[in-house]
Order: sequence, then C-alpha cells, then structure tokens
Amino acid sequence: MLKRLRENKSAQGTLLILPTLVFMVGLLIIPLLLTLVVSFGQRSPDGNVIYSFSFNNYVRLLGYGTDCSSGASACFDPLYAQIMWGSLVLGFNTTVLVILLAYPLAYFIARAHPKRRNTYLFLVLIPLWTNFVIRVYAWMMLLRQEGVINIVLGWFAGLLHIPFTPLNMLYTPGAVLVGMVYEFLPFMILPIYTSLEKIDNSLYEAAADLGANSIRTLLRVTLPLSMPGVVAGTILVFIPVMGTFIVSDILGGRQVILVGNLIQRQFLDARDPTFGSAVSLILMILTLIVTYFYTRKFGFGEEIVVA
Amino acid sequence: MNPFRRSPFVLTATMLVYAFLYLPIIVLVLYSFNASRTNVVFTGFIPKFADKVLSDGSNVVQSPCGPFHWFCELAKNTDVTSAAKNTLTIAFIATVVSTVVGTMAALALQRFNFKLKPFSQLSLYIPIVIPEIVMGIGILTLFSQLFGFLNNVLNLNGDARLTLGLGTVIVSHITFMIPFVTLVVQARLQGFEKAYEEAAMDLGANEWITFQRITFPMILPGVLSGALLAFTLSLDDFVITFFTNGPGSTTLPIYVYGLLRRIITPQVNALSTVWITIVFLAVLMLQLIQNREQK
Repeated sequence: MLKRLRENKSAQGTLLILPTLVFMVGLLIIPLLLTLVVSFGQRSPDGNVIYSFSFNNYVRLLGYGTDCSSGASACFDPLYAQIMWGSLVLGFNTTVLVILLAYPLAYFIARAHPKRRNTYLFLVLIPLWTNFVIRVYAWMMLLRQEGVINIVLGWFAGLLHIPFTPLNMLYTPGAVLVGMVYEFLPFMILPIYTSLEKIDNSLYEAAADLGANSIRTLLRVTLPLSMPGVVAGTILVFIPVMGTFIVSDILGGRQVILVGNLIQRQFLDARDPTFGSAVSLILMILTLIVTYFYTRKFGFGEEIVVA
Repeated sequence: MNPFRRSPFVLTATMLVYAFLYLPIIVLVLYSFNASRTNVVFTGFIPKFADKVLSDGSNVVQSPCGPFHWFCELAKNTDVTSAAKNTLTIAFIATVVSTVVGTMAALALQRFNFKLKPFSQLSLYIPIVIPEIVMGIGILTLFSQLFGFLNNVLNLNGDARLTLGLGTVIVSHITFMIPFVTLVVQARLQGFEKAYEEAAMDLGANEWITFQRITFPMILPGVLSGALLAFTLSLDDFVITFFTNGPGSTTLPIYVYGLLRRIITPQVNALSTVWITIVFLAVLMLQLIQNREQK
C-alpha cells in the first residue's frame, strides 16, 4: 500500500491537504452553513434556537416588525437598514481617508534609499502589531474630556488668553471614524508600498524625459501602476471595518451602532442567535458583493498576501 | 535626476502620518508611569523608591518599584498573569499546529495536482474575505449547538459538561491562522524552481530525503515567517476569541476589553507598555529573519 502511495501523486497531494480540509470544513464551512440554517429558525423564550423554515428574521431585518409598541399588528421601522447603511458609509469614509493618509507614506518608503526602506517599514509594523484593543484604549486616553488633546488645546488657549471649554470628542461618530482610520491605516500602507516598490525607476525617468511634470507623472504613471495595491488595501480595510464592534463600543459609547454591534448584541445581550445569524449572513453577502465588483473592476492583486 | 528625490509635500505628509501612528502609543506608554491612581490626568512620575507604597490623595508618592510601580502591581495581579498564561498557551499550540498543517497545504497546492485542489484553494480564501465576526459567531453557534446536543444525549452534568474554553479557542485560532501560513509558505515555494527537487530525485534520493535535504531547508525561512505571523495573529486576535472563549480561558485582549468598560488604572497602560515592548522585539526578529533571507 505504501508503494502504491509513492507512485500516486494525486493521493500524496490529497493526504497533505487533508488536515487543512478537516479544519476548513469543520470550523469554517459547517459553521457558515449552520449560520444559514439557524437564520431561518426562531428564537425560543430562553434564547435557544427552534429549527424551522421561516423568513421572519429577514423580514424583521428589512424593517417590518410584528411586535409593535403602538399595539398594531404590523409596523415599519427601518432601524436595521439604517444600521447597515451607516456601516457601509463608515466603511467607505474610513477607506477613503485611509487611502489619502497611506499613499504619501507608502510612496515615501518606496522611493527611499533601499537601505532605509526596511527601517521605515518596521516603523509601520510596530503600531500594526500593537494589540487592537490597546490601540482603541490609546484613543480613549487622547479623546476624552480630560484627555491629552483637550489638555494641549487648553494649554494653547491659555497662551493666547482665549477662554476654553474642553471639547466633547469621545462617544461621537467622529471618534469612531478616527479610531477606525487609526486601526486600519497600516493595512493600506503595506500593499500600496508593495505595488509602488515594483515600479521601475526608468518609467519615472521616461516620463520626465518626455516632458511630464510631477502631477502628470503621478496621474499617468504612479497611480495606475499602484492600483493593485490600493485594491488589496481596500479589501483589507473595508471588510474588517464592516464587522468590527470594539471601536464603536469603546469610542462610540452607545451613540454609534454598527452591524458588528448589532450581531454581537443578538448573541450576548438580546440572546436571539437566529436574528444575529441572519444579520451576519447579510453582512457576509454584502461584503462579498462589494469585494466582487470592486475586484472585477480593478483586478485582484497578489499584494493582499503581503500584509 | 536623483531617484530618491522627495517633494516637500510627500515629506510633510509622511512625517504627519508617522506622528499620527506614534502619538497615541507614546501617550499610552507615558501614562503607565503616572503617579495618579485614577489615571485621568498625568500628574508626574512616582518620585521615590521606598519599602512601602505611600499615597498622597490620589497620587502615589513612593513605591518599592519607584516609577515602575504599576508594572509591579501588574505582576501581582493574578487575573493578568492567568490571562497572559492563557494567551501564550493558545498562541503557542495554535502556532505549532497551524504551521505544520499550513505548510503541508502549501506543499500540496504548489507541488501536486489532485481532485480537491480548487475546493481547497477556495476554502483557504474564505477567512480572508469574510468579516471575522461572521466566522466567530459561526463557530460559536456550532459549539453551542453541538455541546448542547452532546450534553443532553450523554447526560453530562456539572463539571463534565462540555463548555467553551481553551480547547475551543485553540481550534478556532488554528482555523483562521492556516490560510495565512499557507499563503506565506506558498509564496516561498513559488520562488524556487522545482528543478532542484527533480535533480535530487534523478540522483537517487527518494521523496523523503529530497524533502529533508532540499525542499525543507529552502522553505524554512518562509515557514519561520509564517509561524511568526501566525503567532502574532493569535496574540492579537480579539473577535474570534471573544466568541469562542469560556470561563477560565480569558486572554489578555479580552481582559483589557473588559477593563475598558469599567475602571481604568495605570495598570492597563503598564500592560500595554509590556505588550508594545514584546511586539517590538517580535517584529525586530521577523525583520532580521527576512533580512538574512534576502542576503
């Protein structure tokens, strides 16, 4: 039997992939299918799942409720659609801001002397690997009423003899946006750097020889050639932003509710896993659709591997 | 034309972005030396080393550890030490398993053809393109349904009941880490020709010897950086751990998150400072491995 295995290349390959498939099927594909099944179920009074086949959770997600406060038999409240839309908008805003901040830095590193590039990259990796929760905490210290930003502003105001009342920054949508940008910035810098670094210097020289000024070079050479990095970075930023609940939890207080918070609350506070599963599936489909169209338009670079 | 020429705009923007990346971290570290117990305002360093901890109002004025008072308190905090132990146990086991499994997968995908290849490739991409929370609640649902069923059928009671814990966190971590290890090792395998392996085989080496003497030494840097990446991913993970941990398997990120919703003392900052220092050393190691690889 061992001899037969030795000659059968296909069987060897299957054997090597088998442990991976055990994990992927058991803890990824089966859970996703189970989420689908549970999303059609109903919540039992003690927060368990009653398996059935109803679209109730999806109808509820669209905003049509059956337990209305006014006593009517059916009512419409687009709360969940608003949360979805709000998350999409935040995902979009975060991604745009992150691209604007990441691009110059990535460009700087890619055009730096090769000997120094690793040091500059190293400086990007440190904040990236500092724990996610710790990074949110750092912003809490900066933004709160007695926080560092208010202290500094107050000090400047004192110098200029301007009356100063500390700004309310924590627990606002702005705080969540800043937190998200901070959390995901390194995920954009790395892929953009990778694609910029590949651009041959002679292309810049050619552009200059042909009389292009720096803006024209940027628009016609640099930007188009770095698109794969921007695409990969967008995927690495947009998808997690949609599903993150810590940033909005800590920096947004109860003011900002994103899809991630909605799902988390269904599983922990509200104890309705069936509705939580439905929301989670919709979130997955939403991100897959956005990713699909985005990558079909711009291509799916290998840059994603780097980060 | 100087190829390393920089426009003033790029230079300014770069410095601002680096400042944006580092200011929060610097503040975090500074506050871990704060004399103030409430940690709202930085009231200065703890000035004196002394036998006993002495406070003046809300400020600590002397401590056996001096300015490092909060680090000593941290070491005494059993919640923190047990969370640290859990975090490292999970990261260590999950890294070893996912590195072995992921490297095998990379070899299979890069060197062999088999029926399940397209399916395997697709399944390895899923964890990268779906939000982590979707995977987290999927695994939570699986375990809670499965354990509920088994506890019922096998009539398990009390301590014998199956619950979420270290085991569930470890297998979940392994699952989300495998794709990353596979990607890194695959990239390494792509980098060198199959010809080396074929030459070894032509010279009479069997598959195992070829793997031992040729393939493994060549992919080792890739395997090591894959393992280090997996280790950092595990240490850093919050979402998957949040949904799969149970009593007694709290990790450091989960512990910190719990604190942030209640009271905050400079201990949290001290913990962050220790964490940042460890990360700094780990990333430095990764860089050194990669630098050696490039030479």
